[in-house]
Amino acid sequence: MMPARFRGAPLLALAGLVVVAQAALSALKADFYLTQLTMAAWYTLVALGLCLLMGYAGQVSMGHAGFFAIGGYTAAVISTAGAPPWLSIPAGVAATAAVAFLVGIPVLRLRGHYLAMATLAFGFIVSRIILGTSLLGQADGISDIPAYGLVAGLAITGRRALRVQNYYIAWAVVLLGLILALNLVRSRTGRALRAIHGDEEAAAASGINVARHKLAVFVLSAVYAGLAGACLAHFNGGIGPGEAGIMKSVRYVALVAAGGMANLWGTLTVSAGLTFLSLRGAFGLFDDAVFGGLLVAIMLFAPEGVFGLLRRREKAS
Amino acid sequence: MSAAQLLQYLLSGVATGSIYAIVGIGFTIIYNSTGIINFAQGEFLMLGGMIAVSLQAFLPLTAAIAGAVVVTGLVGVAVQLVFLSWLKKPGVLRMIIITIGLSILMREAALHVWDEKVHALPPWSGDETSSLAVLGARISPQVAWVLAVSALMVAALTLFFRFTLTGKAMRACASNPAAARLCGIRAPWLVSLSFFLAAAMGALAGCVVSPLTQTQYDMGTSLAVKGFTCAVLGGLGNVSAAVGAGILVGVLESASISVLPLAYKDVVALTIMLAILLLRPQGLFAGMTRKRGPLGRVGGA
Repeated sequence: MMPARFRGAPLLALAGLVVVAQAALSALKADFYLTQLTMAAWYTLVALGLCLLMGYAGQVSMGHAGFFAIGGYTAAVISTAGAPPWLSIPAGVAATAAVAFLVGIPVLRLRGHYLAMATLAFGFIVSRIILGTSLLGQADGISDIPAYGLVAGLAITGRRALRVQNYYIAWAVVLLGLILALNLVRSRTGRALRAIHGDEEAAAASGINVARHKLAVFVLSAVYAGLAGACLAHFNGGIGPGEAGIMKSVRYVALVAAGGMANLWGTLTVSAGLTFLSLRGAFGLFDDAVFGGLLVAIMLFAPEGVFGLLRRREKAS
Repeated sequence: MSAAQLLQYLLSGVATGSIYAIVGIGFTIIYNSTGIINFAQGEFLMLGGMIAVSLQAFLPLTAAIAGAVVVTGLVGVAVQLVFLSWLKKPGVLRMIIITIGLSILMREAALHVWDEKVHALPPWSGDETSSLAVLGARISPQVAWVLAVSALMVAALTLFFRFTLTGKAMRACASNPAAARLCGIRAPWLVSLSFFLAAAMGALAGCVVSPLTQTQYDMGTSLAVKGFTCAVLGGLGNVSAAVGAGILVGVLESASISVLPLAYKDVVALTIMLAILLLRPQGLFAGMTRKRGPLGRVGGA
C-alpha cells in the first residue's frame, strides 16, 4: 500500500525556515531583526484570519484593525488595572469574540458595498471611541503593559533577554493558526464557506446554513485579530490609537489581496515579508502609500494575487 | 435649552447635513453611470478644500474656488480614465478594493503635497467673528453660504438631469445601458462626465464647508461613510431623499454634542448610520427604488 501523501511538508519547511532564520540572525549578531520578525508574526496572524473571512467566505471586512484594537486594548486595560495577570489575553480574545458576534449578526446580512461600508464604519467607531475615552489613553494610548507570563518561565514581553523565545512563541502561534485555518478550509465547513462565496442562494439551497457559517467565520477571524492584538500589546509593552486606524484595516486587506485572496500560504508569505519591511522602515514616509498603491495595483493587474501572476507567466512562456 | 440655542444647533446641523447629502449625491451619480460605489468620494471634498487653500494664496477667493472645483473635477476624470475605464466587468469586491486603495493614495498624496495640519479657507463673507441674527439665534454667515450653495447644487443638478439632453442621456444610460447605446448615446463620454460632476460637486462642497469645519488630509473616510448612508436612504437615486437623510443625520449629530463629549460626535453619527443601513437598507421609499439592493444580488463578488 502506498503511504498517504504527507501534507505537513510545507508546514515543516516553514518551521524549519523559522528556526534557520533565528539561528542565522543570532550567529550574525543581527538578532535585533528578531524583534520586527516577531511583530510581523503577530500582524500576520491578523492577515490569516482575514484571509479566511475575505478569501474563502467572500465577506469583506474593512474594519479588522478594530478587532485587533479591541483585543489589544482589553488586554492593556486589564493588565494595567491590577487584575489577575493571566486574565488579560483571554479577556482580550473573549471581548473581541463577543463584539464580533454582536456586530456580525446584523452586519453580515449586508452584502457587497453595504458590507464594506458597514465594516468601515465599525472600524471608524472603534478608533473614535479610543480617541475619545480617557480610560483608553486617548491619543497617547496605554503604555507600561507588563509581561504576560506563560508556562515554564516563558513570557510575552519585549525585554531583550527574552527576544528569542518571543520570536518562537509568536511564530508557533502563527503556525498553529495556519494549521487550524488549513484544516478548516479543507473541511466540510471550508467547502460550505466557498459555496457561500460562490453563490449564497445556491449554498442555502444545498442546505448550508449561510448566516451561521458567515457568523462563525467572522467571529473566528476576529479572534485571530484579537489574539494578535492582545499578544502584541504585551510584546510592545504598549498600544496606541494608530492600531485601530482605517489605514491599518486597509493594510490587512492589501496583504490578503496581494497574497491571492483565497490563499493562506500566499497571505502568510506576503504578510510576513511586507510587514517586516514596513516595520524596518523600508518604505520611509511612503509607508501607507505603498500599501494603498499595492492594493490598487494588485486589484487592477493581478486580482489573483502575486503568486497567481507568477503562475500565469509560467503558463504563458 | 433655549429656543434660540435650539435653532442654532438646528441650523448648524442642517448645514453639515447638507454637505453629507452632497457627498451622497456624488455616490449616486457615479453609481448610476457605472454601478461602482466610489469609496474615494470623500477625498474629493478634501482635495477641493486643499487646492482652494493653496490657490487662495495668490488668487482672489472666487477664482481659487473655481480653480479648485475644475482641478478636482479633472482629477475625478483622470481617476476614471486611468484606473477604471478599461476594466471589463469587474466584480463588486474588486471595485470596492480599488476605490478604497485610490482613496488611500489620494489621502497620502495630499499628506505629502500639503501636510498633516488643519487648513481652512477664510469665510466667504465677513470674517471669523461676524454673525447673522436669525430669529434670535446667532449663526456664522458661512452656515448660510453652505445652505445656499448646497441648495443651488441640488437644484441645478435636478434641472440638469430633467431638462438637458446630456442629463437625459445620463439617466437613459443608468436605467438601461444597452438600449441607450442603441439610441446612439455615447456612454464612455457620459461616464467621464459623471466622474467630473461628482468630483466637482464634492470640491465645491469641500470649499464651502472649509471655513466651518476645516480641511485635513484624512477627513475623507468619515464623510464617505456618512454620505453613503444618505445615498442609501435615497435608494441610490433619489436626490431629495438623500438631502432629507443628510439633514436628519446632521441635526442628530449636532444635537449629540449637547449631550455627549465632542469626541464622540462621529461615533454617534456613524452608529445612526449603521442602524439606518441595517434597518432600512432598501431606502426610505422602498417601492420606488431599483432592485440592486444590499440584500439582493449585487452581481459578481
